[in-house]
Amino acid sequence: MITGFLLNGFDTRARVVFALLIAIAILVPAANLLLPPDHPLHVPTYMVTLMGKYFAYAMLALSVDLVWGYCGILSLGHGAFFALGGYAMGMYLMRQIGTRGVYADPILPDFMVFLNWKELPWFWYGFDQFWFAALMIVLVPGTLAFVFGWFAFRSRVTGVYLSIITQALTYALLLAFFRNDMGFGGNNGLTDFKDILGYNIQADGTRATLFALTVLAVAIAFALASAVTRSKLGKVLVGVRDAESRTRFLGYRVENYKLFVWTLSAVMAGIAGALYVPQIGIINPSEFDPANSIEAVIWVAVGGRGTLVGAIVGAITVNFGKTWFTGALPELWLFALGGLFIFVTLFLPKGIVGTVQAWWAGKRASAPAATLKPEPAE
Amino acid sequence: MTDKAEGTLLYLDGVNKTFDGFRAINNLSLVLAPGEMRAIIGPNGAGKTTMMDIITGKTKPDTGDVLFEGSTDLTRLDEAKIANLGIGRKFQKPTVFESHTVEDNIALALKARRGPWATLFHRTGKAEQDRIDELLTTTRLIDKRRFLAARLSHGQKQWLEIGMLLAQEPRLLLVDEPAAGMTDAETAETAILLKEIARTQSVVVVEHDMTFVRDLGVKVTVLHEGSVLAEGTLDAVSSNPKVVEVYLGR
Ligand SMILES: Nc1ncnc2c1ncn2[C@@H]1O[C@H](COP(=O)(O)OP(=O)(O)OP(=O)(O)O)[C@@H](O)[C@H]1O
Ligand SMILES: [Mg+2]
Repeated sequence: MITGFLLNGFDTRARVVFALLIAIAILVPAANLLLPPDHPLHVPTYMVTLMGKYFAYAMLALSVDLVWGYCGILSLGHGAFFALGGYAMGMYLMRQIGTRGVYADPILPDFMVFLNWKELPWFWYGFDQFWFAALMIVLVPGTLAFVFGWFAFRSRVTGVYLSIITQALTYALLLAFFRNDMGFGGNNGLTDFKDILGYNIQADGTRATLFALTVLAVAIAFALASAVTRSKLGKVLVGVRDAESRTRFLGYRVENYKLFVWTLSAVMAGIAGALYVPQIGIINPSEFDPANSIEAVIWVAVGGRGTLVGAIVGAITVNFGKTWFTGALPELWLFALGGLFIFVTLFLPKGIVGTVQAWWAGKRASAPAATLKPEPAE
Repeated sequence: MTDKAEGTLLYLDGVNKTFDGFRAINNLSLVLAPGEMRAIIGPNGAGKTTMMDIITGKTKPDTGDVLFEGSTDLTRLDEAKIANLGIGRKFQKPTVFESHTVEDNIALALKARRGPWATLFHRTGKAEQDRIDELLTTTRLIDKRRFLAARLSHGQKQWLEIGMLLAQEPRLLLVDEPAAGMTDAETAETAILLKEIARTQSVVVVEHDMTFVRDLGVKVTVLHEGSVLAEGTLDAVSSNPKVVEVYLGR
């Protein structure tokens, strides 16, 4: 059943994208580790880490596309799930520091010693075990999304109102995580990580592996999202997006469908955050900044909403642009991003991938030799 | 609840609904027998669509009984539950899934389990495919099956929505203005199709087009200001002075 379901989601395009991602997951680390630094194809480690960060963002974008592109839920708070996954990973990494911290406390992370705490708060228990942290990376964003969605969708909050409360959600978490007494390192967050699963987190090999795992995770998330969106459930989701009441009167319980895709998407965002943190080396409350969530929506809009591939393409291109821009003209980045969003909304409403797709379909339909029947459904 | 409701398919009694002080439905009573087809006419704003909203769970009445099959209280159920009981609805403004193909529109409407897990792992079988083909043939959309629904004409969308309604295999069909925006020929065909449907299912049709209502040849209920003004054959109601006044006095 499961394999049939996954295979069903794999059309030619999905296969190509999947294969491409796997190739990147293998070739980039290989070019980093195996080629000598003076080789023209050598990829320096900082570049591997930078790209790893982009792919973590790509996974966040995929999760946004799943709810926004296919179910019409415009989440302006997905950064919250990303950050929660990141914090769960950060807590694991903190506990791996052990006696190597400034205060050399075997149990308490530095910031707790600094705050004069005598013992570990209960919610830090278990985070010295990777399996436990991994479970929390999935459960914490998933549970929050489930509870939030349960109330929001059952009371039929939709459209702008829903977008606003998702902003409020991430903003509330931002304020909470800023507080020192919350026990998550306050303003400074969690940092100074030493190793992950016993491997030095700074080592080239670890960084290359983290990169490979991130791209692999994007590939799996993409395959899963393709399968979900191509299933009958995916068609119901699009039905909800386009004509919610029609779906209800056909007997579908819309809130359950929204809850399903919303929770799945939040888990995806959480895993993305968990992959992001060890590569970046820090997680702090600014990850909850509402602006981050809005940026993720812009990546999807630029790449092409409701195409999945577009989410990946959008996240990577916009972030390459951002890296370049913040280097060259840092104070102009926000204007550039705003301008880009307006440009895309006005001139490329289908985004990069959507526009290419439409162009391609148009070209095929107008091809003179009618070996194929013209595809009416573009 | 009420003995009078026994043996009826749909039973509305003393139903009231007020929107911000405006009485859209006013002490409305209406009874539909199993297997019956009923036409509902009435001027704009008479409350015809609101009545369908109440039956299908979109709008909760302030007071009154709304019973399905004599005992199921529809006012306590939501839209999805009511749909799954076997009450299907066509909207006044044709509402189909525009970015799905014609075929997928029908497939989504087909009677089947409606939960997320069931649809996630659903595979379309031979029986379903045959049923889809059959419905596409009935609604004359078979050669447009791969078209996006957005590309259909207004009349074709109406037909697609009727096809979706049939795909649900409901026991009661509520059809709001099926002939709106259709040519005369299409209107006549729609009447034939609905009469065909009425042989096996119960149908309530709202329509302004009198030729269409005459073609149906069934009992007519005239609504006015949220309550029943007259009931009977089309000839009887159209010679009723109260009805004449409502239609001509405007
Ligand atoms: N949700 C609502 N909020 C406020 N007023 C409403 C609502 N729904 C319906 N009404 C009002 O109730 C009255 C009855 O409307 P309804 O749509 O039922 O009429 P109708 O008989 O279907 O008319 P038409 O022939 O134009 O479709 C109208 O005056 C309408 O404005
Ligand atoms: Mg109406």
